[in-house]
Amino acid sequence: MMPLLTTKDLSRSFGGLRAVDGVDFALMPGEIRAVIGPNGAGKTTFVSLVSGRIQPSSGTIIFDGADITSLPAYARVRLGIAYTFQITSVFANLSAYDNVALPVQRTLTDSRSKGAVHTGVMAALERTGLADWAQMPAGQLSYGHQRLLEVAMGLALKPRLLILDEPTQGLADSEIDNFIELVREIADSATVLLIEHNMPVVMQLADRITVFNAGRILAEGTPEQIRANAAVQDAYLGTTHG
Amino acid sequence: MHFGPHLLLAALEGLVTSAVLALTALGLSLVFGVMRVVNVAHGEFFMLGAVLAWAISTAISGHPALGFLAALVLAPLIVGLIALLAERLVLRRLNYNPEATIVATIGMLYIIQQLALTFYGPEARPVEPPFSYRILLPWFGYSGYKLSIIAASALLLVATWLVLTRTKIGLIMRATQYDSETAQAFGIPVTRVYAGVFALGAMLAAVAAVLIVPISQAHYLMGQDPLLLSFIVVIIGGLGSLRGTVVAAVLIGLSDGIISVFFSPTLAKIIATLLVAMVLVFRPQGLFGTASR
Amino acid sequence: MKDASPAKPYALHLGVIALLFALSFVLPEYHHGLLARIMVLAVFAMGYNLLFGYVGLLSLGHAMFFSAGLYGAGLAVIHLGWSVSAAFAAGLACGALLALVIALLALRTSGVAFMIVTMMFAQVFYLVILYLAAWTGGDQGMVVPQSMRVLVLGSTSLDLTNPTVRYMSALALFSIVLLISLAIVRSGYGRVLVAIRENEERTKMLGYDTFSNKLAAVIVSGTICAGSGAAYALLFGYVGSSFASVQYSILPLLWVLLGGAATTLGPLIGTLFMYYVIDVASGYTSAYLLIVGIALILLVLFFPKGILGSIRQRWLGWLP
Repeated sequence: MMPLLTTKDLSRSFGGLRAVDGVDFALMPGEIRAVIGPNGAGKTTFVSLVSGRIQPSSGTIIFDGADITSLPAYARVRLGIAYTFQITSVFANLSAYDNVALPVQRTLTDSRSKGAVHTGVMAALERTGLADWAQMPAGQLSYGHQRLLEVAMGLALKPRLLILDEPTQGLADSEIDNFIELVREIADSATVLLIEHNMPVVMQLADRITVFNAGRILAEGTPEQIRANAAVQDAYLGTTHG
Repeated sequence: MHFGPHLLLAALEGLVTSAVLALTALGLSLVFGVMRVVNVAHGEFFMLGAVLAWAISTAISGHPALGFLAALVLAPLIVGLIALLAERLVLRRLNYNPEATIVATIGMLYIIQQLALTFYGPEARPVEPPFSYRILLPWFGYSGYKLSIIAASALLLVATWLVLTRTKIGLIMRATQYDSETAQAFGIPVTRVYAGVFALGAMLAAVAAVLIVPISQAHYLMGQDPLLLSFIVVIIGGLGSLRGTVVAAVLIGLSDGIISVFFSPTLAKIIATLLVAMVLVFRPQGLFGTASR
Repeated sequence: MKDASPAKPYALHLGVIALLFALSFVLPEYHHGLLARIMVLAVFAMGYNLLFGYVGLLSLGHAMFFSAGLYGAGLAVIHLGWSVSAAFAAGLACGALLALVIALLALRTSGVAFMIVTMMFAQVFYLVILYLAAWTGGDQGMVVPQSMRVLVLGSTSLDLTNPTVRYMSALALFSIVLLISLAIVRSGYGRVLVAIRENEERTKMLGYDTFSNKLAAVIVSGTICAGSGAAYALLFGYVGSSFASVQYSILPLLWVLLGGAATTLGPLIGTLFMYYVIDVASGYTSAYLLIVGIALILLVLFFPKGILGSIRQRWLGWLP
């Protein structure tokens, strides 16, 4: 099977610092991949390169067989790469409804039909359990609901690859359980690339795990393999969770 | 007159323009550099300086130099006070938000201009120069006072430069410019620095106006051209760069002087404004500046 | 909220149009003329509001779009002898073309640089009008001859110098632009514009080419302002360089701030209010710029949402 996403020798430096350093990465369709690593390991920079928010210094990015390295971010979103932000950045002054309507109306072929937009928006809101709050300004939602709204917006893009940047940060334990359910559902129709610090979440969700350290891939494997990997324990698990 | 002397005359006139422009633009540049405020009312502070110079010098009898010297000291001080008041009452309350302050300074522009029209009137009035010595060149005589403007401006520019680079006040200003939050955390009274910088910027414009008024006349609309030219200088010179500002002022002043001798002044303004807009679009850090933060 | 109930906003807007129509028959002559002028200028403000209020782009150069329409239409009549409708179309075309060129350049910048760049382009436009005095009449301006100001529609011809015809033409233009802007604001495109204002980076990550959306907004805004200028030339018969000066870039900003940015009816209310304040004040003082200045400062200090913006926030959430 052909990978959905491949990066070849992907690098990005800021000043003298090589935040992402020659990364070769492949993601198969349908999998849930977690990316873990200590702070400053280059995880967020890596997914920002994939989503097109920043340009690489060198290397190539291939999505579904096509070279997308020089495509602007919005064009990548149109190809099916959706990115949900680490820091919640919903449109605070717009209603939850309007927040979701933005991605919905763009993915519809007939965006002028208000009925079709409405159906799509309510479907995404119901799937994330936000339907009751549709008319509330997003900035007045609770933090957990704002995170869910982010996901609803990502879902509404009908992505083929959904990138979630620390989605459970700041969520309560009960909210996290619901969240894990939601990501499993999403994975039925999309490939998921997940940056996550919460190891129980990672171990429950991920099919495979990629460990970043100092801008490079340190290890890659199934959750069991990663758990057993001594180098990973030294670099990451041992220091932050030991 | 032959071409050579003609060019020399144009160059001298251009240098006088440059000298005044450098001071005015420096004020605008300081305010933008430190406070991130685009002061659209800057030209009106210039105009106020000239109008006050007329009022002060006509109020003082005796040798014209007396009145002029009094104006040179008092007019900038009064303008500085007015600027301080505007800063306290308006800009600070807007939290120095860049867009809101532009709208507010546009409001100040209209208020100052209209008050000047009401109290000073629509006439253009001259101020007598402090001395009227003429330097005789082989081809034409040239006003000694005009040359003294160039000298005075150079002196003031050097003084400002020394204050900015060699004193504690300058250090505090640069620290605030670089990062106002950190400066605040280190105990620098940021709001007082802002007030001082805004007043200083206005005073520089006022000094420039007092210097130029004996050769140009005071008028309530005279602030418009200096404002536009200062914008041009600050944009070309690169924001917040003292050296860039002076270089650009000389460049613009000379080319303005020389171009307007040979071309229609309107055409010269059209070309200059268009070029500067293009600089801002394609090279926002200015022609001499390095990439901005 | 926007999809809650489409009936109320449309009813309100049609009601306002009906009210303006009815006023034509009861207003005394002086106010009748004034209101016609205000409606034309409110169109200018609505065009400005589309860009400033909804997209969040603060231009300080919209006088150039107004005067592109003003001169485009006026000079087409004066020099080329075009009919009123052809001249109006010429004004619109001039505005749209200018807006396209300006947008391609100015949209490379943002924030304060955008404000200064638009101001400078407008200044260039103003100076060009002065420079081409042989064609434009320079700072004296030019009068559009009364005999040429006749709108021919099929077999009927309407004399635009007649006060009632003038009022109704102004109202027609105003109503069309009001309903267009209501439709834009309530459409998916309007939602994208607001999203760009709130967070452009995020909007890109939802797959929107924000540059193209902004480009389209500048062109629509510029064309509406040009429509106002063209109507001004044809209805009131005068084209002059003062309409291209920086003051006429500031005035729509003031009207929109006063009425309420990002409200569809705010531009009308702001223009109406400011015009009457100046009208009343000019009975006491000639210093109307003073009032403009004070109003600007008071608005940004104490009332940044404007009249309708505050009403929407407090009481009427459904107001578009």
